Amino acid sequence: MSVRAERLGLAAWAALLAAFLALPLLALLVTPSFAELKAGLDHPLVAPALRLSAFTTLGSTLLVVTLGTPLAWILSRARGRRAAFIESALQLPLVVPPAVAGVALLLAFGRQGLLAAPLRALGVSISFSTAAVIVAEVFVSAPFFLQAATTAFRRVDERLLLVARSFGASPWRVLGRVAVPLAAPGLLAGAAMAWARALGEFGATLMFAGNLEGKTQTLPLAIYTALESDLRAAQALSLVLVVLAFALLALTRVALARGLSGVEARA
Amino acid sequence: MNRSGHPICGAAALAALLSCVASCSRDAPAAPRVEEDALTVFAASSLREVFTALAADFEREHPGARVSLAFAGSQELRTQLEHGARADLYASADTEPMDALARAERVAAPVPFARNRVAVVVSRQAAASICTLADLPKAERIVLAAPTVPAGRYADELLRRAALPLGADFPARVMERVVSRELNVRQVLAKLLLGEADAAVVYQSDVAGRPELTALPLPEGVLVVATYPMATVVGAEHPGLARAWQELVLSTRGQLALQDAGFLPVAGPAP
Repeated sequence: MSVRAERLGLAAWAALLAAFLALPLLALLVTPSFAELKAGLDHPLVAPALRLSAFTTLGSTLLVVTLGTPLAWILSRARGRRAAFIESALQLPLVVPPAVAGVALLLAFGRQGLLAAPLRALGVSISFSTAAVIVAEVFVSAPFFLQAATTAFRRVDERLLLVARSFGASPWRVLGRVAVPLAAPGLLAGAAMAWARALGEFGATLMFAGNLEGKTQTLPLAIYTALESDLRAAQALSLVLVVLAFALLALTRVALARGLSGVEARA
Repeated sequence: MNRSGHPICGAAALAALLSCVASCSRDAPAAPRVEEDALTVFAASSLREVFTALAADFEREHPGARVSLAFAGSQELRTQLEHGARADLYASADTEPMDALARAERVAAPVPFARNRVAVVVSRQAAASICTLADLPKAERIVLAAPTVPAGRYADELLRRAALPLGADFPARVMERVVSRELNVRQVLAKLLLGEADAAVVYQSDVAGRPELTALPLPEGVLVVATYPMATVVGAEHPGLARAWQELVLSTRGQLALQDAGFLPVAGPAP
């Protein structure tokens, strides 16, 4: 086969998957008419779900980043089998089906769960609350951030850290003033992935937090509920979700590209 | 460059992928596959145990036939059928989705086969403090089905009717305690059984055989009874088997099985 033919063949083969992935999203965009979209967005389920999703994903992503950064930092510096084991264990929420994650969360934090007694003593009841939505979102989205952050921290030049320490910087200062700025593009990408995952979370939320409008009915849950009564609302909501996620991912690419070029210039 | 190696590698990869996909589909869960002589039944989730038992009887009486059951909220099954899901028979917990499908000519000639009392149920721990319907707002957490689910619609109707004897604010007081509206009645039951809810509105058939749950006595006029219709799907691949299934469900044996499970007979006085 000539080089040109091979190149065309490769492109055609690659185009198959690209087309398959693009087609449903395109259908979401072009099938409803503008009037239908507007009518769908006026559905009473939409505004509470949008507000709730915005609030909870913001909260869960903030939690994941604040708690995950030091964890990723330590994991990136650790050596040995135990560290590798812990790192793998923290990846588990990625492969566990969301519904299973929901059941697991109930068994840990529910009324009859492992932590039921201490939680009751504190007067705290997590399941079926907005807090439960955030908990479920943190559980499923944290591994995305951890993975990206650990990789980003690992890429930071050891010598720069040594230099910082030799100048007397404390561990916190090394992390905050040297490591994080250098790993920032990767951290940002990880945060965006975690946010997108939290935005789309359905199974664990349904199980652990329930489905109550305004309190626990996030965008995906509203779409599923609306699907059975008003297809236009479901379509409009789905479009909103896709546009949001797309914007997030586009932002990540821009930030990554700019950040990487900045790092190269500085190094 | 070894040019002859590439197509062989490509073919091998493709073959491996295809065999993986084929084996994966064999192990695929829930979704009913239309096989030779397999009757596909879409049924409301409250019919799970009874229809599963009847399916065993059916397979014994019709050797070579297999019954494939898919249980979900009636509204969910209706949406699937509207979008072309392949089934032979649809059994719903409410006449509304069935009528909609009949109007759209997706099902033919629905026939009622059972009724079910709507029950307000409390867990064992909650039963100590909640003895009558009037006590319901005392429950810390109540779970209902979503308003699009038949069980959710019935729950709303029951609360509406309860406003008469128990006060116009009764429905509002109960709704304040509702923490979740699930997508099918069995999810509601699961939350109750998991101890995550103190009270729930489900069907009488869900209480039967569950001694750990108590159904609250309902005052006069608050009773809500669901009618369950079933119908053959238009364009079904096994209309003969679908008809035989309907006959089984409507036969004395089928009706006895339903009543043993806590359902009410189709005809007869309201209990």
